[in-house]
Amino acid sequence: MSRIAARFAALKAEGRGALIPFLAAWDPDSNTSMELLRGLPAAGADLIEIGCPFTDPMADGPTVQLASIRALKAGASMAHTLAMVREFRREDDTTPIILMGYLNPIDSYGIERFTTDAAASGVDGLIVVDLPSEEADLLLPYATARGLDVIRLVAPTTDTDRLPLVLDGSSGFVYYVSITGVTGKTTASAAQLAEAIPKIRQATNLPIAIGFGVRTPAQAAEAARQADAAVVGSALLDTLTSTLDEHGRATNTTVRSVLDHVRTLADAVRTARASV
Amino acid sequence: MNETVLPNSLRSGPDSRGRFGEFGGRFVAETLMPLVLAVEQAYEAAKADPSFQKELDYYLKDYVGRPSPLWFAERLTKALGGAKIYFKRDELNHTGAHKINSCMGQILLAKRMGKTRIIAETGAGQHGVATATVCALFGLPCTVYMGATDVARQSPNVFRMKLLGAEVKPVTSGAGTLKDAMNDALRDWVANVEDTFYIIGTVAGPHPYPMMVRDFQSVIGEESKVQMREAEGRLPDVAVACIGGGSNAMGLFHPYLDDTAVRLIGVEAAGHGVDTHEHAASLSRGRPGVLHGNRTYLLQNEDGQIQEAHSISAGLDYPGIGPEHSWLHDIGRVEYASVTDTEALEAFQLCTRTEGIIPALEPAHAIAHVAKIAPTMDKDQIILMNLCGRGDKDIFTVAAALGVSL
Repeated sequence: MSRIAARFAALKAEGRGALIPFLAAWDPDSNTSMELLRGLPAAGADLIEIGCPFTDPMADGPTVQLASIRALKAGASMAHTLAMVREFRREDDTTPIILMGYLNPIDSYGIERFTTDAAASGVDGLIVVDLPSEEADLLLPYATARGLDVIRLVAPTTDTDRLPLVLDGSSGFVYYVSITGVTGKTTASAAQLAEAIPKIRQATNLPIAIGFGVRTPAQAAEAARQADAAVVGSALLDTLTSTLDEHGRATNTTVRSVLDHVRTLADAVRTARASV
Repeated sequence: MNETVLPNSLRSGPDSRGRFGEFGGRFVAETLMPLVLAVEQAYEAAKADPSFQKELDYYLKDYVGRPSPLWFAERLTKALGGAKIYFKRDELNHTGAHKINSCMGQILLAKRMGKTRIIAETGAGQHGVATATVCALFGLPCTVYMGATDVARQSPNVFRMKLLGAEVKPVTSGAGTLKDAMNDALRDWVANVEDTFYIIGTVAGPHPYPMMVRDFQSVIGEESKVQMREAEGRLPDVAVACIGGGSNAMGLFHPYLDDTAVRLIGVEAAGHGVDTHEHAASLSRGRPGVLHGNRTYLLQNEDGQIQEAHSISAGLDYPGIGPEHSWLHDIGRVEYASVTDTEALEAFQLCTRTEGIIPALEPAHAIAHVAKIAPTMDKDQIILMNLCGRGDKDIFTVAAALGVSL
């Protein structure tokens, strides 16, 4: 069983949803980013999403854009991101790692070589934002052959006719983009989620994570109640940003503040279903 | 637009996946995918509806002022001492550039789709002005994304857009040029999927945009074929156009693709030189990748990060190029050359003095290439060049480059 399937099965047995924090690789620098990654499981991350920095993140709001820029300025690259995951795997062989990014850096690395190296580095799943179902055959055969889950985005604009196409070939979990918009902006209401999630449930047995616009502990708890996991990115990056000095460099509060924030979210997610 | 497309024609692309060879496609987030499919469906229906073409023809004739004239540039021809040079004068269109050909088609499509809000990206501001113009004409609210750097160097067009009632949003991410404006326009679209139509300014973006914009711009090449036959009794030996994203060039070239005796030359912006780090020559110095919804040649580093383009002309300042150009480049049907800022400035002045036409800095690149090849050709040979925009918007940039204070 893959790490992602094993983790969701274990959480199901525990009767709780998952917290999936998102951070960008090498934001704001290589050492701080590695320290954050190492600290995430103990702070309550059930799965981890690592953003692969890209110059033109079309689906991201200003917070993730700035994180990408900081990371690239620090020298981030695809090879560095994979090296981080290898380093992480020396100590942790169970927490699933998902890389989230855009196609061009993967395409530039070479899609076949990338899936080989990602799998060998201990990556479990890939989310490629600008690779819709219509183009997915570029990646799917290579990823599947190497045991990498390709996690697909389902959006509020994805109607029930289109859902089977989007879910075809998807594995690991389904990522529900809860709003029409970029990351870190507006938030879906509990009522909107209550309408959307059951439709996806009917079409798949895969776990469902909710992301885009999940910011507060209460929103994360709501997502974990209605689906199987909450992805929180921009809110954590806002905390990270608030600790940086005037040159955008990490300070001695950066790692502690971000991990404390993760703990708060994890507490909310872990008690979500008990507190209904 | 009525010529029959023959089997095995170079004009039959794209395929059903929106691809020209390996280029093109639909690389957008799932949130946008259903919209992109809806635009494609609506466009196919409109194309098959004679009343749509009739309505478009009406606006192109009586509002835009088509057909644009074909002009024999006699004094420029004499000055260069070689082939006869003709200008296709798309700078005489309403709003002063070719951009309105496609804006008119796209806004009529937006109306058919029941969309009530328009967004656009712009570099030089010509596409922004054209979009703001058709929005004023049809009474639709319009938001134009424009890089902050371009807002500063194209202030007359910014003011024009505002006069026309558009909201101009300066984009500060990246270098604040066309690429960044397109990112923010796509972000706006994803957040306003219900009511908004995105009028893309060039032959790039997810399918069907490269095909749709090309079809609307092909009026340039179609008219020029009729006009060349009237003027000279034959087609030109060479057709030349400048290329940023490549819409004016695609519009000129497409009707000639199967006329293999006609040499087609696209002129990229070499900025400070293609061997420097400051140019916009995606084809000669880039490699294939994926950006803004399509696979095409891009300026990018070894890690697939997109690089900033540079050109004195804001309209050519883009690190990519339309996917059909990438394909035409790879199959060798179109030749692609490049021209530096300095050469474009010289051509700008040459055209102004010999023909009494102030060209935009974008077609000044095409003129510079014409100035290179015309003297090497026989006097009975013919060069057709698309003069795709007028230069009023550029006089401040040119004055600054020439060290003149206004």
